[in-house]
Formats: sequence, C-alpha cells, structure tokens
Amino acid sequence: MIEVKDLQKSFGEAHILKGITTTFEKGKTNLIIGQSGSGKTVFLKCLLGLFDYEEGSIAYDGHIFSKLTEDEKRNMRAKIGMVFQGSALFDSMTIAENVMFPLQMFTKQSKSEMQDRVDFVLKRVNLPDAHNKMPSEASGGMQKRVAIARAIVNKPRYLFCDEPNSGLDPKTAIVIDNLIKEITEEYQITTVINSHDMNSVMEIGEKIVFLKDGLKAWEGSKETIFRTDNEVVTDFVYSSNLFKKVRKMYLEENS
Amino acid sequence: MTYLHNIGAYFLMIVEMFRKPTKWSVMKQLILKDIDDLIIGSLGIVAFIAFFVGGVVTIQTALNIDNPLIPKYLVGFATRQSIILEFAPTFISIVMAGKVGSFITSSIGTMRVTEQIDALEVMGINSLNYLVFPKFISLMLYPFVISIAMFLGILGGMAACVYGGFSSLDDYIVGIQMDFIPFHITYAFIKTFAFAFILATIPSFHGYYMKGGALEVGKASTTAFVWTSVVIILLNYLLTQMLLSA
Ligand SMILES: Nc1ncnc2c1ncn2[C@@H]1O[C@H](COP(=O)(O)OP(=O)(O)OP(=O)(O)O)[C@@H](O)[C@H]1O
Ligand SMILES: [Mg+2]
Repeated sequence: MIEVKDLQKSFGEAHILKGITTTFEKGKTNLIIGQSGSGKTVFLKCLLGLFDYEEGSIAYDGHIFSKLTEDEKRNMRAKIGMVFQGSALFDSMTIAENVMFPLQMFTKQSKSEMQDRVDFVLKRVNLPDAHNKMPSEASGGMQKRVAIARAIVNKPRYLFCDEPNSGLDPKTAIVIDNLIKEITEEYQITTVINSHDMNSVMEIGEKIVFLKDGLKAWEGSKETIFRTDNEVVTDFVYSSNLFKKVRKMYLEENS
Repeated sequence: MTYLHNIGAYFLMIVEMFRKPTKWSVMKQLILKDIDDLIIGSLGIVAFIAFFVGGVVTIQTALNIDNPLIPKYLVGFATRQSIILEFAPTFISIVMAGKVGSFITSSIGTMRVTEQIDALEVMGINSLNYLVFPKFISLMLYPFVISIAMFLGILGGMAACVYGGFSSLDDYIVGIQMDFIPFHITYAFIKTFAFAFILATIPSFHGYYMKGGALEVGKASTTAFVWTSVVIILLNYLLTQMLLSA
C-alpha cells in the first residue's frame, strides 16, 4: 500500500502538484488519469523519489520514503518495477539482456534459471523470439513490452507504469492491461498506472484518480465513473461520442 | 556562484562514485567494455598522431639548429625530451579529451535524456558507480597508451631524421640516450595518471548532470571538451612547477 499526503511540487515558478492526497492499495490496479500536461508523470516520479518535492509525504507500506537513509532507499527501490513513458531501455544491451538485468543485479540465480525466467516473461508480453534484437531495432510497441517485461521480471512489490499501452495497437494494449492486472493480483503488488486510454480505464480501473490543474479532481473506480455527474470528469472521459454512447447504454442496462 | 556550485557537485560526484559498489560480476563486464571503447579504441589515432608529430618535432629541431658547431646528436636529444616531457603526456591528453571525452559525455548524456539513468536509480542501483567507476578503472590503463605514444613519437622522429637526411641513425641513437634522467619518466607518468583521472571524471560529470534533449547532449560534449582541456593544461602547469622546479 502506498499513502500519499498533501504532495506538492514546483519547478521554479510553475506549481505543478498543488497538494494531492490519496492511497493506492495492494493487489489492485490503481489508475491516474488526466489530460496531457496535468502532472501525471511528475506525480509518478515523485512517488519513485526521482523528483524532490516541497511538501507532503509518501509512505510505502508504512515507511515514509523521505525519512529513509540512502541505502534503505536503494533497498526499497530494488522492489520497485517501473515502466517509463519512453521505455528507457538500455541501448547498449540486447532485449534479453535488458530483461535479465534486474535478475543479474539483485538475485543469485544461475545463468540458466535467469534465462528461463527471461523466456517466461518475454512470452508473457508476447515477444517470444525477440531475444537478440537491440532496442533500436525494435518498434515502439515492442520496446514498451520489453520495458514491461523488465519491470516485472524480478517480481516487484510495487509496479509503476507511465502509459504502458500508448503506442500499442488495441489488441496488444488489452493484452498488456490484463497482464498487468493478473500480475498485480497474483503477486499482490501495489500497482500505479498513468493512462489516458479510456479502454484501460474501463477494463482495469479498480481505483481511478483524476488529476486536473495539479489537484485531485475526482477519485473512484471503473464502476463509479459511469455514474458520476462530476462535470470535469465526464467532460474528459466522455469526450468521444463512442464513450458517450457506451455510458448511456451502461446506465440504461444497470438502472 | 554556479562555478563554485559545480566544483562542489563535481567532488560530491567523485565521493558518490565509490559508494555502494555494483556487483563484481556485472562490474567486470563493464570495465572490459570500457577498456575496449576507451583504451583499445584510441590506440590507432594515438599511434598515428604520435608517429607523425614525432617526425615533425625532429624536423623542426633539426632545421632550427643548423649551426655547424652544434653536434648532430642534439636533434635526437631534443626530440626525446620534448616527446617524453610534454608531447606524449599533455598533447595526447588533449587529443583524448576530444576523442574519449566527447564519447563519455555523449554516451552518459544520452542515457540521461532517455531516462536510462532514472531507470538505473529506480532499480536501486548507484548509477554513478555503475557508469563512471568502470571508466575511471579502465583509464588507469591510460599510461600504457602514453608509453606507446612516447615510443612511436621517438620512432617517428628517427624515421624523419634518417630519411630526411638531418643526421645519421647513429647520431640520433646517441642523442636519445644522452643525459637520461629517470625522474623525467616518473614525472611524465605522474602527469599521465592525473590526466587519466580528469579524462574519466570531467566528461562524466558533464554528461551525468546535463538537462534537456539531444541538442543539449551536443552542447554538453563541447563544454566537457573545453573544461577537460583547461583543467589538463592548468594541472600540467602546477605539476611541472611542483615536480621539476624544486
Ligand atoms: N523536469 C521538468 N522541469 C520543468 N517542468 C517540468 C519538468 N517535467 C515536467 N514539467 C512540467 O510539468 C507539467 C506536467 O508534466 P507531466 O510530464 O507530468 O505531464 P503528463 O500528465 O505526464 O502529460 P502526458 O500525458 O503528456 O505524459 C508540464 O507543464 C511540464 O511542462
Ligand atoms: Mg507523462
């Protein structure tokens, strides 16, 4: 579980996060949604400790992150898996080496155990034979999936994904969403996902936090997001006619 | 103010580089790769420059001492002194600041802008140790490069001297053995180690702490080259003052 209290962050004059309080529960897929530029990536990077913040606190299972020593922080981070918005694969390594990297760094497994695990996760992200490609030779969607494989290979306790399915075709996107949800439940991970993909919201949004102008404008789940009459949310989520219709049908069916 | 801040940050980086070392099995691979990129990869250009500049040094010396009273073997002597004392350690280091330095800054800088350094940090890896320490260790082999430069410089001088007809081979060989002071070699290698440290750390600093995108990576490489050269030249002055004029 991750508890965030009154998180505030500025870059110089620009006040990006203006006091966000929320909790992310274990074993659930938590989604952060909001317009481009609303501060989702900044929020996630604050959670990870990659950005310093002026105000507020972040607690991982009761441990307040900013109060840990440098070494304790590093040990904590070894239990974190992160998928960056731009994938951030190591471009001097092959895809298999990228995925194997966390195992090499943090486990004492033998070469063949590591290879088995790498084969297994690469199959799970639907890349069974891309082992020897370099990241620069892979398409954007493949890179995303490799990044996900790398994030989950060492069975993390916390998983952060910054737009894991942007740049993927709808079918792969759903496979990835469900994969993340399965892993979250199976290993009881605390998962936080940044997204502006409404499909994901409807599929896996067990908890949804809506950011607007640096504040939490709304909080709920995929069930309650259909019923809310909060205009800021409906304006964003149901901006396309398709989703307007979906909502109408849902409300008619469930009324 | 920013200069002071940067100097402070530079020394903090050096301290941080030795903390929380990366697993040896992984570090070993990184060191071998950096030896290949930084040392082996530089041998060709260093050999080429050393040989021909050695030749030019000899020709210039020979042309400038055309007084018949000055013995011919002085050409060899002067060549040896300038190559061992200045040309190989200092001049080659400036060339390396361009070659190795810009490689280090741009490769670390690219990792910064594509969030690869963040990815390392998020995994709980000390990214400074992971990235900079292997470069520092592999550049401890830098004196080996400089020895080759010294040898080839003197050899290039010999070729130019004999084929250009400036003095006989025997005179040149007598010259390069004349009044040899072993401390000059020690002095040259003390400088070389100091420059190796600068070559590994200043370009890394500029790459690691850069902000922005691809354009800024290019700018950082240029800045790194300027600062690496400036520090090498200043350090050269200080070390020479301290070691030779005592
Ligand atoms: N390193 C930085 N320095 C200064 N400002 C920044 C920095 N990173 C982000 N910002 C600013 O913070 C704001 C929020 O950016 P952020 O990247 O969090 O948006 P986002 O919600 O992730 O958008 P997207 O959906 O497009 O990824 C933007 O106005 C951006 O300009
Ligand atoms: Mg973002």
